[in-house]
Amino acid sequence: MSTRLATGGRLINTDAPMRFTFNGKVMKGYAGDTLASALLANDQMLVGRSFKYHRPRGIVASGVEEPNALVNLGVEGKFEPNQRATTTELFDGLLATSQNHWPSLEFDVGALNARLSRFMPAGFYYKMFIHPRPLWKHVYEPFIRQAAGLGQAPKGRDADSYEHFYAFCDVLVVGAGIAGLMAAKSAADAGARVLSLEQAPQGGGRAPVDGGQVDGVPVDKVVDQLVSELTEMPNVTLRLRTMGAGVYDHGYVLGYERLTDHAPDQPGPRHRLWRIKAGQVITATGAIERPLSFAGNDVPGVMLASAVRDYIVNYGVSPGDRVAVVTNNDDAYRTAIAVKKAGLDVPVILDARVLPEDSPLMAEARAAGIRVMMGHGVASVMGGKRVTGIGVCAQAGEGAVLEEIGCDVVAMSGGWSPVVHLWSHCGGKLQWDSDYAMFRPDVHKAPVGGDGAAFVRTAGAANGHFGLHEIVGDGHACGGLAAKATGHTPRKTDAPQGDSPSEAPLAQVWIMPQGAGKTLRAKAWLDYQNDVKVSDVQLAAQEGFESVEHAKRYTTLGMATDQGKLSNINGLAILSDALDQPIPQTGTTTFRPPYTPISMGAIAGEARGAVFQPIRRTPMHDWHEANGADWEPVGAWRRPYAYVRQGESVHDAVMRETRNTRENLGLLDASTLGKLLVKGPDAGRFLDMLYTNMMSTLKPGKCRYGLMCGENGFLIDDGVVARIDEDTWLCHTTTGGADSIHQHMEEWLQTEWWDWQVYVANLTEQYAQVAVVGPNARAALEALGGMDVSRDALGFMEWADGTLGGFDARVYRISFSGELSYEVAVRASQGQAFWDALMAVGDSLGVMPYGTEALHILRAEKGFIMIGDETDGTVIPQDLGLHWALSKKKDDYLGKRAHVRSHMADPDRWKLVGLETLDGSTLPDGAYAVADGTNANGQRNVQGRVTSSYHSPNLGKGIAMGLVHHGPDRMGEVIEFPGTDGKTYQARIVSPVFYDAAGEKQDV
Amino acid sequence: MLTLTCPCCGVTAEETEFHAGGEAHLTRYGPGSDDTEFEGYLFMRENPKGVHFERWRHVYGCGKWFQVARCTVTLELFGAYPAQTTRPPQALQDTITAKRPGWSWNDIA
Repeated sequence: MSTRLATGGRLINTDAPMRFTFNGKVMKGYAGDTLASALLANDQMLVGRSFKYHRPRGIVASGVEEPNALVNLGVEGKFEPNQRATTTELFDGLLATSQNHWPSLEFDVGALNARLSRFMPAGFYYKMFIHPRPLWKHVYEPFIRQAAGLGQAPKGRDADSYEHFYAFCDVLVVGAGIAGLMAAKSAADAGARVLSLEQAPQGGGRAPVDGGQVDGVPVDKVVDQLVSELTEMPNVTLRLRTMGAGVYDHGYVLGYERLTDHAPDQPGPRHRLWRIKAGQVITATGAIERPLSFAGNDVPGVMLASAVRDYIVNYGVSPGDRVAVVTNNDDAYRTAIAVKKAGLDVPVILDARVLPEDSPLMAEARAAGIRVMMGHGVASVMGGKRVTGIGVCAQAGEGAVLEEIGCDVVAMSGGWSPVVHLWSHCGGKLQWDSDYAMFRPDVHKAPVGGDGAAFVRTAGAANGHFGLHEIVGDGHACGGLAAKATGHTPRKTDAPQGDSPSEAPLAQVWIMPQGAGKTLRAKAWLDYQNDVKVSDVQLAAQEGFESVEHAKRYTTLGMATDQGKLSNINGLAILSDALDQPIPQTGTTTFRPPYTPISMGAIAGEARGAVFQPIRRTPMHDWHEANGADWEPVGAWRRPYAYVRQGESVHDAVMRETRNTRENLGLLDASTLGKLLVKGPDAGRFLDMLYTNMMSTLKPGKCRYGLMCGENGFLIDDGVVARIDEDTWLCHTTTGGADSIHQHMEEWLQTEWWDWQVYVANLTEQYAQVAVVGPNARAALEALGGMDVSRDALGFMEWADGTLGGFDARVYRISFSGELSYEVAVRASQGQAFWDALMAVGDSLGVMPYGTEALHILRAEKGFIMIGDETDGTVIPQDLGLHWALSKKKDDYLGKRAHVRSHMADPDRWKLVGLETLDGSTLPDGAYAVADGTNANGQRNVQGRVTSSYHSPNLGKGIAMGLVHHGPDRMGEVIEFPGTDGKTYQARIVSPVFYDAAGEKQDV
Repeated sequence: MLTLTCPCCGVTAEETEFHAGGEAHLTRYGPGSDDTEFEGYLFMRENPKGVHFERWRHVYGCGKWFQVARCTVTLELFGAYPAQTTRPPQALQDTITAKRPGWSWNDIA
């Protein structure tokens, strides 16, 4: 059993006991524990079930690489699935539950899958669920969705807050193990601004556990000294609990700080995303131990040798009473020695190597009385939910059991892999080191920055150094070089001298025993979480998935939440062997950020709720809000869709507003429409290029409706242009187009016609603009008093400056409704007062404000197009019957050349028509008109689609516009529109102008 | 996350403050051009592995367009220059030649 030792535990404080709950059971731990160490101290080795076969899973590791110990944490607004117990710091009252089992962790029905495992090899889902096709949607997909994922997705709103934080430094050091601390110190001593990040709650990394001396001082003391020195230095920031998540172009790095995960009652944000711009980045990210691939290596109790050592030394926890060690290298002997020192039993060290003589660590183990069997390995593991013993075999053989040895923990070590993730994120290349059987950074192929020089360096174990002497020297030198690269002068000090025992070389062992047959290989796990075994990777290779990226996706190797931190190298070694090619030729899968999962909350930061995106408000916004506005988002603006009165539905309000505007008087807040002032000696010439119609000939005081196309001929915007004076035009754009058309104009002026003298100013927010619409519009303005707005003084499509009710106003006599209509612009600061004045004088004239939906119905009744409804980026003016707006006098304008391309000039294009249902119902917006026959994909042919559709209260029926094949030539013809509601709508092709075709109402 | 310096206002800022605007030095073809010329202008773009010239706009800064010479492989920046020119400055071309001997781009170098 696993238990708390009476002594030891350098990270825990036994004076601060804590209570926590796992699967409803109250347990005890100490401050400084991780959830994993506390669970082990309470004899809880079984912590979860694997994904595919629901096999029992125990704690394997002690750090971020843990694939098994994933738990649900917290409840309701603080619930979070898939949290690694090994990196979760214990706090008083922590609530955790295990995942992926039913009804309980100990007894799980899903474990039946394990019995079927031989029928569920790699690619099972692909092979099984493809036929018959129709079953996919209703049977297979719901089944797979149910089975997918480990934890449950949180349902409630996240109760915590998050933030982003920007930081700048000369040298960023990721990892505060001994190498990172050395690097930070030497960079800081040179005067560089240093930011040092460490994912753990304390610095030092593995060094204090592994031991050794630096300049004669024990390494844990050296770590304490360095941490305290760096904390004191004004040019150094050291952040613990902060992971370097990703390295990006030109020295951009994301850090992920966990501020209150360990202290949930502490105020402030929970996570902080650091957005760092670094001159130089040092990855001192250490290394991760590899498992060995032997049959039964997934039974709870089989752990990484380094993790066994960590639990004993750091937390005073014994993972088991009898620890069998199996290894291909010297490092695991440290574990055997640590176990022995803790007073526990090591029945055997199985060393796959055969060496001519003992290394110092091996000699020390033997001297401690430990039995060492060279050239041996594990043939089998006994036990189900916990290891009870191992069968020993010769590594060189096929797995015949020579001896059974009782034990409750198997500490395995297959060598170490440098953490090269951050090095690789931004293009750093790797090289294969066959001595250590690992990929290490190729320092000659580092990621480069904007100046073409390397900006990422790597130090210590992350750089493939494993002796304390090399690690310390590498860190010291790397810090100095990084400081130098950012313009600082490193001090000429000698590197501190590290001292640790020399080690015998490791042997490459990818399968144990070497001649393991089919049965053993099918029980040798590579990926514990996703249940990928040696036999699965071999099958993938056999079935032709030879690329490592293909094999990964076919087998799901390395696709679990640990992203292959334990399994990748072992898996690609197996793949290389199956393909009979060297490992470097197989290569690695791509390392992508983040290094370990980071919270969605941290990515969002403060950008949630009201601050997700700022809302643009017109000067009359608050009035609309107070008067029943049902808001519609239009770009970043909010516009009233309708003003809903008490006891009225939104639809009722729209109908009322639409009728009233035709019968009496309507007011529309048109302030959001773009207002671009274009001025200068070449302004007319410029606008002639931008609009399809002629703007240079417009007389001052007049308005003209204009169309804009892009260079590819498609419509991009429309609006009324007013000529203000000889060299000034005011261009109205759509609400959504104000900013983009302004930028469009700037682009052409700056990059193509830069010698033209034109200035463009976006005045959109400088004016409040009100459309005063309806038969009583003139009476309303006359009631305000001031300028002459009579038909003779201000004709249709004219504008004038003057005063109205004491307000300075610019009045445009334009109409988007077909009614008598004025658009009045006043200073933005006067907008609300002017609106109030209009409402007051309108009281006796039947005034009602109207919203965007009434605006749409009014324009649709008149057959006026709307950018974004009738256009979608594939529509040209000719499609919409707007030939009259295409100037024939101009040699050139944007889109003119494109309009003569063969497809644009094709008479077979769909063209704008009106559509009227036979029964008066409203056509579904976006519905397609079907034609005879089917296309090459067996789909029904189509001959048109609905672009706008409304119920018109003024006409008492549904009206629509649409683009129809040869539409204008087919007036009166009835075509069919199947709706998604199962109904087929029959509609007659008619003129798009449904109301006042002669245009008499607007010109009075 | 590239770091760019705007040659108009001199500000050095992260990529998010700018907006990429595609290939630089396109020649506009309007009415009267033949289909091949117009197709080339509208659609055909360089897609080099190495030296590239492209347009950027300092959209959340001074608002000005400018042009950048950049290596598409290493993301090294060779230099930035104003938009109001039809060819990269000779000095910049020389800088690129020193770093990438034998480079060529479209009809340049």
